[in-house]
Amino acid sequence: MSKMLLASIFQLILLLCISPLISGIIKTLKARLQMRRGPGIFQPYRDLNKLLRKQMVIPETASWIFAAAPIMVFATSVLVGLLVPMITAEAPLSLFGGVLAVVYLLGLGRFFLALGGLDAGSSFGGLGSSREMTISALAEPAMMLAIFTVALSASSTNLSEVVRGAIGQSWRFLVPSQMLAFAALFIVLIAETGRIPVDNPATHLELTMIHEAMILEYSGPYLALIEWGAAVKQLILMTLLINIFYPFGLSLEWNAASLAIGCGSYLLKLVILSVLIVLVETTNAKMRLFRVPELLAVAFVLGALALISTFLF
Amino acid sequence: MLEGLIATLIANGWVAVLLAYAAGSMGSILCLRTASLGRLLSTGFGVAGGLLQVWVSLATILEGNTVSWAVPSGVPFLDIGLRLDPLSAIFTLALGAVAIAVSVYSFGYTSALTAGRSAILGFFFNLELLSLSLVFTASNAFFFLIAWEVMALSAYCLVSFEHHREATRDAGILFFVMSHVGTGFLIAGFLVLHSMTGSFEFANFHVTPAPLQYGALFSLFLLGFGVKAGIVPLHIWLPAAHPVAPSNVSALMSGIVVKTGIYGLLRVYFDFLGKPPQWAALVILAVGVSSGLLGVLYALIEKDLKRLLAYSTIENVGIILMGMGASLFFSSISKPGLAALALAGALAHIVNHAMFKTLLFLGAGSVLHGTGTRDMERMGGLLRRMPATAILFLIGAVAISGFPPLNGFVSEWFTYQALLAGFGSTPSLTKLVFPVAGALLALTGALAATAFVKAFGISFLALPRSSESEHAHESHWTMLVGMAIPALSCVALGVGATWLLPALDSVTAQLLGVRSSASFVTSHGLVLNSGALHGGTVSIPMIAILLILLSLTAILIGSAGFRRANRRTGPAWDCGLPGLTAENEYTATAFSKPLRMIFAALYQPKREIQQQFDISPYYPKSVLFESEVEQTFESRLYKPLKDKVLERANRLRAIQAGSIHAYLAYIFLTLVALLLFGARP
Repeated sequence: MSKMLLASIFQLILLLCISPLISGIIKTLKARLQMRRGPGIFQPYRDLNKLLRKQMVIPETASWIFAAAPIMVFATSVLVGLLVPMITAEAPLSLFGGVLAVVYLLGLGRFFLALGGLDAGSSFGGLGSSREMTISALAEPAMMLAIFTVALSASSTNLSEVVRGAIGQSWRFLVPSQMLAFAALFIVLIAETGRIPVDNPATHLELTMIHEAMILEYSGPYLALIEWGAAVKQLILMTLLINIFYPFGLSLEWNAASLAIGCGSYLLKLVILSVLIVLVETTNAKMRLFRVPELLAVAFVLGALALISTFLF
Repeated sequence: MLEGLIATLIANGWVAVLLAYAAGSMGSILCLRTASLGRLLSTGFGVAGGLLQVWVSLATILEGNTVSWAVPSGVPFLDIGLRLDPLSAIFTLALGAVAIAVSVYSFGYTSALTAGRSAILGFFFNLELLSLSLVFTASNAFFFLIAWEVMALSAYCLVSFEHHREATRDAGILFFVMSHVGTGFLIAGFLVLHSMTGSFEFANFHVTPAPLQYGALFSLFLLGFGVKAGIVPLHIWLPAAHPVAPSNVSALMSGIVVKTGIYGLLRVYFDFLGKPPQWAALVILAVGVSSGLLGVLYALIEKDLKRLLAYSTIENVGIILMGMGASLFFSSISKPGLAALALAGALAHIVNHAMFKTLLFLGAGSVLHGTGTRDMERMGGLLRRMPATAILFLIGAVAISGFPPLNGFVSEWFTYQALLAGFGSTPSLTKLVFPVAGALLALTGALAATAFVKAFGISFLALPRSSESEHAHESHWTMLVGMAIPALSCVALGVGATWLLPALDSVTAQLLGVRSSASFVTSHGLVLNSGALHGGTVSIPMIAILLILLSLTAILIGSAGFRRANRRTGPAWDCGLPGLTAENEYTATAFSKPLRMIFAALYQPKREIQQQFDISPYYPKSVLFESEVEQTFESRLYKPLKDKVLERANRLRAIQAGSIHAYLAYIFLTLVALLLFGARP
């Protein structure tokens, strides 16, 4: 019990501390690749610090939903973070929920954020909410198929079980079904975190915004909570991807040495995945909104192929 | 000794339930002149009957025993046979709870009606409750069909209650016709069963049919009960009838009447017919997946709040059928443990859906009461004007979208677990069906969340889009209490799922012969366990507690901004144009536009734009925009069918010559034919 509490607090701190760093690394890498200097990898911390001190402007038309949305986004993201194995194979609270809880809790946060977008009454909020809900709805089956493929080989939806199953077979990621599922989940990651070619996190160009349009009316601490929550969500999705498919270095027991190895390999894997994301973002142009479903259909087909190939191989 | 006592208590309690509903019905109609007394009687007996029904049903489920009575009526074949077993009790439990909520709600809701009208509504409403109670407990086919007909007819009267509107009359007739086509299939199905067993008693219907007979029975009952359950493509009456009925009736229809179809399917496939073949299970699964997906896709593009809810009922019936199909499949390959897991999901979703759909329809009724419109394009800003309705509706919206920690998540979680377990259950290629069904369930769930973001966000948030919503008022307190009952049930059935699931044991024991709830619950009742191999675990109470704790953390983190009163209100960003009005808001149609474009193959959207301009088309003076979506099933399937039937009927008119000689000849010929038929060796 106390071990669970300790592990939870440890992972909570890790989640909250690392998530802005990963956003910063991705931003800086992207800038470097595009021959810009970039803001430095610690910029997101400075942004959060600034936002938390800033004055908030609340739209006159907004109701309590507007205030509830950032809190729900933050709470659901962090809670999900405690269900996912990060540096130990056993996630602190994995008993309290597996893959399905992860997906539906993230959905709960998104549900409230979309309502928050509608609450201000401007066209942008509605536009963002509508698009965000649409894209995430289409990403959901692809995500589930990919996760099912992995869950089925572990015959469990419990993430710690899934990861433990993967540790036993270190070359499993070369199996076709795993590679296909990885590709499907990678596309979902791009779509869910609002990155190019699905959405552009850097844009405030009115007609192409999705996520940014939805949160346009938010400022100050509310915006900080949303941004932080989004960073945590991004970290969780990346963690899922690296730890399910490449569980190298995950510590199986609680001692300083294996935790240190766990931390080191986790950061290394995160940086490699960040590089991959940056490469995709830099080499692609943003898609038209109505091309995005095709991309997600590709992810769905990849997931389905992954599933079929578990049957064949 | 004690068991005998409980059985007597249950039997007497059940009779008291029936008497209470009958008294509510009669009391209401006898008080034609004094409206308030009639409403009081209708509500009072409805609540009393409902409370008693909940108690009797719970006692039956927890005791796991079956109580039956039969009163011979003197008419051949027709015994008034009643039988309350755990399967019936699950449905009557939901019925009782819905009856309480809707009866309380109706007291305020009918206050605007004239005395005579509210008496009629109260009469048919309580009659509907009575006939539903009989449908769920009738123990022979004849009596069942009579109860079924009374239920359908009183439902027809309730749907057509506002018969001064043409749309209502049309919807009522559509419901009437569809319902009777369904009953026709049921009669055929029961006759086949009679020919196999020589009896009309449900107790004698346990048969092991040959493959061909199974096929016949399976399809007759699927069509017959499928109409009531609203499975695609037999669903078209549902989105027509539910919106036009008074909202308390819609709640009862969607919450319970639709479930009579599910009850029938469970009764026949699990109780009467022996081990199912695999194809039958896969058919049910496929029907479930397609009803779920099509139901939610049509719900998404609706701008009529009650039609949206009606389509979402079709979706939820689909989810129930997915659990049922998986359960049938596991029975067919003799895996009773997994079958119990899938059935638990389906049963839990039956009760859960009854709760949140009742809540949502009552909420829609409250909105209709306050604004006078069902059209979401005319709503908006209702959260400030009807705060209690808004928060209750929000609870329903979160629950129906399947988000933890409310009850929708529990039953969907079990359904997912069952589908995933399906993959490992068989070595054949069939196993691929299950994860794909799971992925489509995920799509259905995500689209449902989108539909309810729209339903709540467009109706309740931002600025009012019409003067009706501008001047909306909160509803009478009895209506709010009526909504609070299912809302609290949604929370309790979610957070308390681990303590409530063992109640399903007696049903799985009756239908599948296994008690598996012990394996569903671990860690001192805190954690739900799918029980399959390693399976999965989830703890709804802990998720609820952690969500609250983390929300407090979030408030603490943001408190720098909150505390220093460092906030001001200002206008939302208006692109520099002066002032943001309701016209700038996203509409319900706009919200679902991306999905309308993506699924254009299904919706076949048509739009017409007319612009008037003086000099340049870039500066239109006025724009007329019309958008329409094809009702595929109505226009492609039912319209040709209807036309053909009417054409044939026209031809048959020739024999209706109007001459008495011709009619006498028909009678004579029929008599001869019957005599020959009777005299055959």
